[in-house]
Order: sequence, then C-alpha cells, then structure tokens
Amino acid sequence: MDSALLHTILPELILAVGALALLMVGVFSSNGEAAGRLVGWLAIAVFVAAIIAILEQSGVSSVFESAFVSDPLTRFFKIVILVAAVLSLLLTFDDFGRIKLMLFEYPVLMILAAVGMLMMVSANDLIALYLGLELQNLALYVIAAFRRDNIRSSEAGLKYFVLSALASGLLLYGASMLYGVTGSTGYVAIAAASRVPEMASNIGLMVGLVFVLVGIAFKIAAVPFHMWTPDVYQGAPTPVTTFLASASKVAAMAMIVRFTQAALPGISGEWRQIIIFLSIASMALGAFGAIGQTDIKRLLAYSAIGHVGFALIGLAANNTEGTAGVLIYLAIYVGMTLGTFACVLAMRRNGGNVENIEDLSGLAKTDLTYASILGMLMFSLAGIPPLAGFWAKWYVFLPAIKAGLYPLAVIGVVTSVVGAFYYLRIVKIMFFDDATEAFLPRENKTSVVMGLSAAFILLFVLPYVGGTLVDAASAAAAVLAPLQTL
Amino acid sequence: MTIGLGHYLTVAACLFTLGIFGIFINRKNVIVILMSIELILLAVNINLVAFSHFNGDLVGQVFALFVLTVAAAESAVGLAIIVVYFRNRGSIAVEDVNMMKG
Repeated sequence: MDSALLHTILPELILAVGALALLMVGVFSSNGEAAGRLVGWLAIAVFVAAIIAILEQSGVSSVFESAFVSDPLTRFFKIVILVAAVLSLLLTFDDFGRIKLMLFEYPVLMILAAVGMLMMVSANDLIALYLGLELQNLALYVIAAFRRDNIRSSEAGLKYFVLSALASGLLLYGASMLYGVTGSTGYVAIAAASRVPEMASNIGLMVGLVFVLVGIAFKIAAVPFHMWTPDVYQGAPTPVTTFLASASKVAAMAMIVRFTQAALPGISGEWRQIIIFLSIASMALGAFGAIGQTDIKRLLAYSAIGHVGFALIGLAANNTEGTAGVLIYLAIYVGMTLGTFACVLAMRRNGGNVENIEDLSGLAKTDLTYASILGMLMFSLAGIPPLAGFWAKWYVFLPAIKAGLYPLAVIGVVTSVVGAFYYLRIVKIMFFDDATEAFLPRENKTSVVMGLSAAFILLFVLPYVGGTLVDAASAAAAVLAPLQTL
Repeated sequence: MTIGLGHYLTVAACLFTLGIFGIFINRKNVIVILMSIELILLAVNINLVAFSHFNGDLVGQVFALFVLTVAAAESAVGLAIIVVYFRNRGSIAVEDVNMMKG
C-alpha cells in the first residue's frame, strides 16, 4: 500500500486497530474488574499513540478520492478531541470503579467513538461525514446508557438515541438533496457547483443546506435543536457527560466549520443567516434557561448551549480570524468543561455523588482549594478577565465586529452578562452560604484533571500557553482561507 | 405518462414527512419511533437511488448501501437500549419517558 496514504490515516488506523486489540484483551481475560482497569490504561496508551501520530504529520494531504483530508485544521481539532478523550477516560476509573462498572467495553467504545470523531473532522465528502458521524453516535448511545441498572442513565441513552437518529435522518435527507443538485458527494465538487451564480436561487440546494445544518445543529446542541441536552447531560454517568460535552461537541463543530466553508462557500450569504440565527437563539436560551436550575449537570448543559452560541459567532463572521476564533473558543471551552465536570465528580458524600447546587453550600469553609478551583472555573465560564474564558470570547467577538456583525456581537455581550448571573450564584453559594457536611476526600485522578484545567485557564494569559494555542489556531484556520475568497 | 425524477422525489418526501410526524405525534410506543426512523432512512434511500439513476452517477447507490448498513446497526443498538430501558421502567410508552424534566 501507498506509504503516503498510510501516513495520512495513521492516527485513525492506530485507534481502530487498538480498539479491536483491546477488545481481544478484554474478552480473553478472566477477571472482569482488573481487565476493565487494564484495558482502560491501554486505551489511554492508544490515545497517546494516536496523538503522537498526529503530531508527526505535516502539510496538507487528501486521500480516498479526497474524501478524507489531513491538514493543520483537522490536526488541531483531532488533538483537542483526543486530549479530551484521555482526560474524560481518566475521570472514569474511580467513578465507575466504585459502582463496579469499570468494564472493558467502556474504553473500547470510547476509542471507537473517537475514531468516528476523527473521521468527522477529516471528512471532505458527505459519505465520509455520515459514516464518521454514525460511528461516533452508535458508540455514544451505548455509553450514555452504560449504567444499565440505572433508570436515569437508560432514559438518557434512549433520548439521546431517538433525537440523534432523527438528526442523522435529517442530515442524510439534506445530503441526498445536495448530491442530487450538485451531482457529487465530494466537498470539492459541491463547492464548484455552489459557485455557479444561478445556484444561489436553487431550491434543492437550499433544502439540502438547511437539512444538513439542522442535523449538525442537533449534534452541537444549538437552539432550537437543543432539547435533548439537559436530559442527556443529567442522566448519563458524569464521565460520559464529560466526554459528550467536550470531545463530541468539538467534532460536531469541526464538521459544521468544514461543511459550511469548504463545501458551500458559494452560498455563504445563505448559511450565514442560519448560523447567526442559531447563534443568537443559543446564547439567549443558554443564558436564561440556566437561571432556574437546581441540578449542576443541567445547569452545565444550559451553559454548554450558550457556549455553542458564542462559538458560532466566529463561524458567522466567515473570515479566517473568525474560524481561528472558533478553534480557540473550542479548545478553551474543552479545558474549562473538563475541569468543571471533574469538580462535579468530586461532589461525593457517603451514599454516592450529589448533584444539587445547594450541596456546594459553604464549600469554601470545608475545602478551600476545591472551592477556589470551581470558583475560578465559574469566573472563566462567565468570561471574566484575565481567565481563559474571557480570551475565548475576545477572539470570537473581534472578528464578528470586523465583519460588521455589530448586532450579533452586542447580543453576545449582553447574554454573557446575563449568563454571568448563574455562574456567580454558584460562587456566592460556595463562599458566602452556611457550610454543610463536607465532601469525601477527592480522588487523585479527579484532582489531576481539576488541577490541569485550573492551570490552563489561569496561565492562558502567558504568551507561552495562550500564544502557542492562538498561533496554532490561526495557522489551522488559514487552511480554509483560499476557499472563502473565491 | 412516464415516471420521472419528480415522482420519486415526491414519494420520498411523503415518506420522510410521515417519518417525522411519526416521531412527534406518536404518544404510544417507542418502537413506533424506531419504525419512523427507518421510514426516514428509507425516504433518503429512494432519493439517493433516484438521483443516482437520473444523474447517471453510481455514487448515490453506494451511499444508499452505506445508509442501509448503518440503519441496521442503528436499529440493533436502539432495540438494545429499549430493552435496557424496559427492564428499569417496566414500560416503553413514550409518555413514561419523563424521569428528567426542566
């Protein structure tokens, strides 16, 4: 086989072959619990090997009739996804270990989901896009319902399954229309067809565009296609929620970025309207929907909806800085999300995990480190300088203003102020309310993820941390620049 | 009268709409939702094969084969999740899927 081709698909190959090998390890070992832990650590090794393989790649290459591309953009997304996968797998060991759920199937399913996500990121063809998406989905349905003796977890799995399958159906219908109108499933051919002036008024192309965007909007949980998010985030086991909120969201955003900018640059006026609508609706619902929540995982689900709205501002700007803004936003958002869910996992009392916001009451008096880290994460999510969350917003609002999207930027600022209310409420509860019973001591792996996340958001202002990320994102976004100007 | 592309697209659009309404109007049984999803995928397949035929391009039929395969896998996973849910809840009525709200 061609070595250039092998080099291009090496990260995915490592993951796919690794998943099969680990399945064998799990099947042929007799001790269930020990096998689960062993396979878990081996899965982390497989993820790390894939990250190294990605770092080894350079330049732009496309294989399989350009259905699969590898360029700085895909590599940026893939590294964010794999880092999120490693850290959310790390959070799994103790949590699942306590309820005797650390089975070897779980890490294997996570690897398979990661293969799907990498495929979604690299897809340059509607068929590749669909196959990656479904590979991801099928694995995620199962791990969302992984606590199979728990009614909430199985209900989360059921809801996620029904709405994701519907979304895939809508996306496919759109894909079939795009194929029919443009005569091809490849992004390059679709882009060429969409640039023909009379295509701008072609009804089939519009139907295709709208359906595909609706399908992707379900995946990124943008309003009005967000209704599954709070239920699934609340019901799924917390490590699974972490994975859904971080890696899966990044993969779906990568999909929407490449689909809009690489496949349909010719009708950017049309898709930008849809993106702007999704963005405004998500920011508004994210800000107002979270206010009345009492469950912290539900609150974080609404926060996730709001943050998707902010990230979409960068896409609506439709310029290279805007795309770079989306990448920076997603990387920072993943960093914050992992830390926040690690904090949620650390909310343990005798009798298991607690998830009510009231349970955090007076946390600063019993565990100041924990309260400070969670408080800092909340400030960062609210977008208060100099924490990373502020810079994330900075890098999406600035391109939007440059592109003349003043109303969008103003709505973004207003909703982030409204959103700050419920983040600061958590800080107030932790630092100023009466202390309740202390939590059980934190586990090492949870502390590691909390610490890493806190360090990331605190040190982002330093040029070595933030500068590196911003440079990588700008280089990655530049890949799509030739397409925007045509 | 010859049967053209428009006829196929109309049939597919009707099936697609039936599938969507099946998911949202159905209040009885989760299995019906599974069937509605299959209807949607069927509509997509008709679309793809019709376009493939009238465009004279085989990729659409390849796409349809992939969709068929994935649809089978999806039904399998979906039914498994429904079994797990039934064991916990003792019911698969759509109105009983309401443990979490807000």
